[in-house]
Amino acid sequence: MSEQEYTPKSKAGKWFNDRLPLLTLGAHLTDYPTPKNLNYWWTFGGILTFCLITQIVTGIVLAMHYVAHADLAFASVEHIMRDVNYGWLIRYIHSNGASMFFLAVYIHIFRSLFYGSYKSPREVIWIIGLMIYLLMMAAAFMGYVLPWGQMSFWGATVITNLFSAIPLVGDSITTWLWGAYSVDNPTLNRFFSLHYLIPFLILGLVVLHIWALHVPGNNNPVGIDIKKPSKDTVPFHPYITIKDAFALLVFMIIFAGFVFFTPNVLGHSDNYIPANPLVTPAHIVPEWYLLPFYAILRSVPDKLGGVILMFSAIFILFVLPWLDTSKVRSAVFRPIYRQFFWILVIDVLMLGYVGAMPAEGIYLVLARVGTIYYFLHFIVVMPVVGYLEKTDPIPMSISEPVLTGGTEPSLARKVNDKV
Amino acid sequence: MIKSNIKLLFLSFLLLISLRPLQSAEMIDPIKVDWSFKGLTGTFDRASLQRGFQVYKEVCASCHSMQYLSYRNLGEPGGPEFSEQEVKAIAASFEIEDGPDSQGEMFTRPGKPSDKFKSPYPNVQAATAANGGAYPPDMSVLVKARKGGANYIYSVLVGYEDPPAGVTLDDGVYYNKYMAGNKIKMPNNLMDGLVEYADGTESTVDQMAKDVTTFLAWAAEPELEERHRTGVKVIIYLILLTILVYLSMKKIWSRVDSEV
Repeated sequence: MSEQEYTPKSKAGKWFNDRLPLLTLGAHLTDYPTPKNLNYWWTFGGILTFCLITQIVTGIVLAMHYVAHADLAFASVEHIMRDVNYGWLIRYIHSNGASMFFLAVYIHIFRSLFYGSYKSPREVIWIIGLMIYLLMMAAAFMGYVLPWGQMSFWGATVITNLFSAIPLVGDSITTWLWGAYSVDNPTLNRFFSLHYLIPFLILGLVVLHIWALHVPGNNNPVGIDIKKPSKDTVPFHPYITIKDAFALLVFMIIFAGFVFFTPNVLGHSDNYIPANPLVTPAHIVPEWYLLPFYAILRSVPDKLGGVILMFSAIFILFVLPWLDTSKVRSAVFRPIYRQFFWILVIDVLMLGYVGAMPAEGIYLVLARVGTIYYFLHFIVVMPVVGYLEKTDPIPMSISEPVLTGGTEPSLARKVNDKV
Repeated sequence: MIKSNIKLLFLSFLLLISLRPLQSAEMIDPIKVDWSFKGLTGTFDRASLQRGFQVYKEVCASCHSMQYLSYRNLGEPGGPEFSEQEVKAIAASFEIEDGPDSQGEMFTRPGKPSDKFKSPYPNVQAATAANGGAYPPDMSVLVKARKGGANYIYSVLVGYEDPPAGVTLDDGVYYNKYMAGNKIKMPNNLMDGLVEYADGTESTVDQMAKDVTTFLAWAAEPELEERHRTGVKVIIYLILLTILVYLSMKKIWSRVDSEV
């Protein structure tokens, strides 16, 4: 992987490295040439790694005290909150950690959309990333079921019932998923098992995600290919590690703010009511990070249609690299696409908002408009704008327009302003 | 460019948020109380917690369980902080079923601090049957389980009114302006002078409602004081570390001709 061969200094190191080149890998990771112009939107990869490790560590501790049984789960969570040493802290880190994880992943995904990081030659990184995102949603959904509160139970009922929309075999599949004839103890038990499994699948995919990243190297705000290593790059350590550490600490301050001062604001109060199959909550809402998809689901009057559209909303992202026809990666140099990008951001935020509201009146209209735009953006806007748009001039290298500003001052200023 | 877009984003978000009142027009907002446990450094009022426990024990506990609390919690730091003797006496005033003994028989004994709060009914069904078909909810986490939290609980306690003209109520149903749907099966149990506070505080309805709500807020979040204290320390530590790392970053990046 590394450009130049790495030789350990010590004899023991050399002996080991010849048998398992871990030290070579370490040297590769340290020296990894990274574009020097990465902005703070690029720090979320490191932040996400932190989130995953935090969820795994706190989750393992919680699993030592949690009981996956319909009669005992709610009480065991209260046991964690009241009797386990710092149990409240561990659980609040875990529950708020899920929200922080999604906050970071959405920023990470939209950064990729803005700077065209999904485009050739980085399609595989993008697709692995989407698989991670899918698994994250599955893990988060199942995790939300575990406390066995009202929203746990009814959320699980709504989501698993989606599968019953499949023609012919839908009901059989739903029963098979439940392990019973309704959401019940077997469902809770298997959700716990899968909730414990998925993070390790994610961890494996993260390794592949980073591996795939290290083949072409990072994209950058200018979006051009750069020579590596060169004066456009810096070694990963210490330059990127210290920058990631700084960004991570700022992120942790916000994280700690939630954990210590408003630990339940992102959850739903109904989930502190024990699950009751006989009482349906007035409004069943998923956690905030799934709301845009929930809005898409409910915007269609037909159940099967809604389910298909909701899954399409995610799967359309997998073909994104081939829907985007533009030769230019970064939206910094794409004046038209850039406007559409921000419309998409607003659209998704709006979908999230109406997803939390009852599906009626103005909210239903907004949900439908938002859903239509969401798909238009990917199916029509991306191919057409990429084809017709006149892009701004692109600099030859990262350093050039900045350093030799004298030759083309207008361009230099432009790049400085935008990046 | 990006800045103006962010502004646009923010404005459209504000617009969305302003749509909110349309939806929640049918319910009136609970009364806002300036609780001592609010805010970044909020703590419970110890005397109020002790009085609140008295209201719970003498008024609420005949119908509402608090199954996740133990008597020992009453003496723990951050709570009502009754003395060890007081906690023992409180626990001993309850007859707890225990067993089976070596003969296989269940027996009763005086409560110990390690016992859970004794529930008024053996199970949910018995509680429901004895209360006109409405289960008096367990109050261990009630404040966290209601939108509006402590403000809502307090508002319901003081929100009983005669029904407005045109509203007819069945037997055993009461009108409460803060309750969702305005109908509640719990009668208005608080009246001035109902309990005799040990510390001499005048037991008005408002005072009792505030005290018992404070007690329930603690019961739902017994870690609140420790959480606030730890949180302040953690955030100060993180800010200092962030500053140090920021300065290190500036120093390291000064070696290359790029901004961070």
